[in-house]
Amino acid sequence: MNGELRYVYAVTAPLEAPLPDDVRGVSGSVPYVVDHAGLQAVVSKVPEEEFGQEALHARLEDLGWLERTARAHQAVVDALTALTCPLPLRLATVYRDDDGVRRALAEGSQEFLATLDRLAGRVEWGVKVYAQRAPEPAPAAAPAPTSGREFLRRRRQEVTSRENALQEAEELGRALHAALTAQAEDVRVYPAQNPQLSQVSGQNLLNAAYLVPRERAEEFVGRVEQLGAHDPAVRVELTGPWAPYSFAASDAPDEREGVHDSAVC
Amino acid sequence: MTTPSRLPERYDSGSSANLADILERVLDKGVVIAGDIRINLLDIELLTIKLRLIVASVDKAKEMGIDWWETDPALSSNARRTELSEENERLRRRVAELEQRNPERLEGERHER
Repeated sequence: MNGELRYVYAVTAPLEAPLPDDVRGVSGSVPYVVDHAGLQAVVSKVPEEEFGQEALHARLEDLGWLERTARAHQAVVDALTALTCPLPLRLATVYRDDDGVRRALAEGSQEFLATLDRLAGRVEWGVKVYAQRAPEPAPAAAPAPTSGREFLRRRRQEVTSRENALQEAEELGRALHAALTAQAEDVRVYPAQNPQLSQVSGQNLLNAAYLVPRERAEEFVGRVEQLGAHDPAVRVELTGPWAPYSFAASDAPDEREGVHDSAVC
Repeated sequence: MTTPSRLPERYDSGSSANLADILERVLDKGVVIAGDIRINLLDIELLTIKLRLIVASVDKAKEMGIDWWETDPALSSNARRTELSEENERLRRRVAELEQRNPERLEGERHER
């Protein structure tokens, strides 16, 4: 036991250019390439005291550690995305040594090659749609209610107009999702993000990932901007380009289900 | 196959805004292969919660404890019902308050019908 393990970020076709020197992986480690079976794994050496079985189990329960590790994982995958179309692995895929990594490449080679072939030249874009709440009317504009009935009437009015605004935003979200789906090769819908935790204002109505060929990326981005710009009832947020995380797993069919339950709610 | 020059700039809004987006992807997506270090992410209590709910702010999550989703209408239809009945309850209290404060006028209004 040498006290160092191998953390694997992604599997790629042989890279045509090296990773930039300043890219750092988890725990500040320097990523390098392990070649095998016509594939490359991008890995880095990590301390066993942090990534050994028990340590890892404990650290995954630590939100601060999890955030740092997730960001570092993504940073390496992101750097790779500028060079090629990487297959990102799930967080915390760890081997004892380079031989272990080679074995994994050999065992999975057929599937890796097939998936790389399927996703080559594609990137993922994330799009989120939020309902934008209209500003509350100034309290001074309305005198205090003079009766219980008046109070209830006003309350009902407020609730109705809020519901109408939300409905309008939901419709826009649906239309946007349909338009983007038509421009994408594939789509995954994520559960809505929680506004309390994301501290982003407005209810998250749509949270989806779209698989788009690189050469059509600009077109896709332009479409998002065009569709998102013209209505004050919604705010549209675009993230990416991501490595095709959402499309890399082969168990795709049962992940597509969400379009109705969680998407545009 | 690689045409990085054609990729638009990243659209991430700020450095910390997208932890939720990152966690969604690195925890829940990506290729799963068995490492030498066997970790089943689904065994991790925190992660299990995260996968379902997607924590977007670490500090906020700590501050709030981890049971917030039970009362969030966006995540639980049960909570949505609770919210409605709470609203009803608030309204009833408010009506009772107003009636108490001004019984004659309310009486008057009833008679006008």
